[in-house]
Amino acid sequence: MKTAVIVFPGSNRDRDMFHALELITGTRPQSVWHTESTLPDVDLVVVPGGFSYGDYLRSGAIAARSPILKDLVAKADSGVAVLGVCNGFQILTEAGLLPGALMRNAGLTFVCREVLMETVTNATRFSSKFEKGQVWRCPVAHHDGNYFADADTLKQIEDNGQVVFRYAGDTNPNGSINDIAGIMNAKGNVLGMMPHPENLIEPLNGGLDGRLLFESLLEAA
Amino acid sequence: MKARVIVTLKNGVLDPQGKAIEGALGGLGFGDVGSVRQGKVFDVELTGSDKAAAKAELEQMCEKLLANTVIENYAIEIA
Repeated sequence: MKTAVIVFPGSNRDRDMFHALELITGTRPQSVWHTESTLPDVDLVVVPGGFSYGDYLRSGAIAARSPILKDLVAKADSGVAVLGVCNGFQILTEAGLLPGALMRNAGLTFVCREVLMETVTNATRFSSKFEKGQVWRCPVAHHDGNYFADADTLKQIEDNGQVVFRYAGDTNPNGSINDIAGIMNAKGNVLGMMPHPENLIEPLNGGLDGRLLFESLLEAA
Repeated sequence: MKARVIVTLKNGVLDPQGKAIEGALGGLGFGDVGSVRQGKVFDVELTGSDKAAAKAELEQMCEKLLANTVIENYAIEIA
């Protein structure tokens, strides 16, 4: 599986994502700087975590207007898999690739801890290796992860099975509506999630729970 | 030409920062505060002199960047 990671000024989880992708796919990802105009021909494009542009204006807002985003939208429209983690999720919502918005955490504080995630559906290319309903561990580290969508949009994404991951066992760290931790677009090729699966992929991390997401993508490619 | 853009959260969108400010004002003894909503102000200096054109351009700026219309409303004032 060929992959690429987009890097913005202020991205800081790009190297974690690089490591995870290389370890699990066996192929070195390509790094793409935000000012470039075209993405390489790959099976998966990842928008990593961090604090692009220092979270100025709104988290992800400036990065979502970067030159490379034009081609990311085109690639997403053509069916290429796109994964946004943490700041990457914020960027994908700001770019209009995913519905809703990520607002300041309900508790107002930055949260850096482990949460429990429920895989709501495994009928996606991002979650096929999970059991439906499987509860797994995953780290979070964010200040603006409070998912919000208006009532109509929320009903639509719930009814369409676009909610892929929910916080489980009362571990919702940010006040997200319906405990939403990760959603995908209607077509099922773009997924955004606040937790960091790339940080729980080898024994040194204290667990392997996050691997299943990358193994699902590997199987789908 | 000077313009001011005011971006506010839509009704029904929870504003935890506004709530915290509201609580702090109560703590300072301001007993009359019903509620507080936090927003943003942008002062934009434009080089043109056509107000109608400026307003149209500012609307585009709001739609494309200054506001996230999923959660925010905007108002434009031109001096």
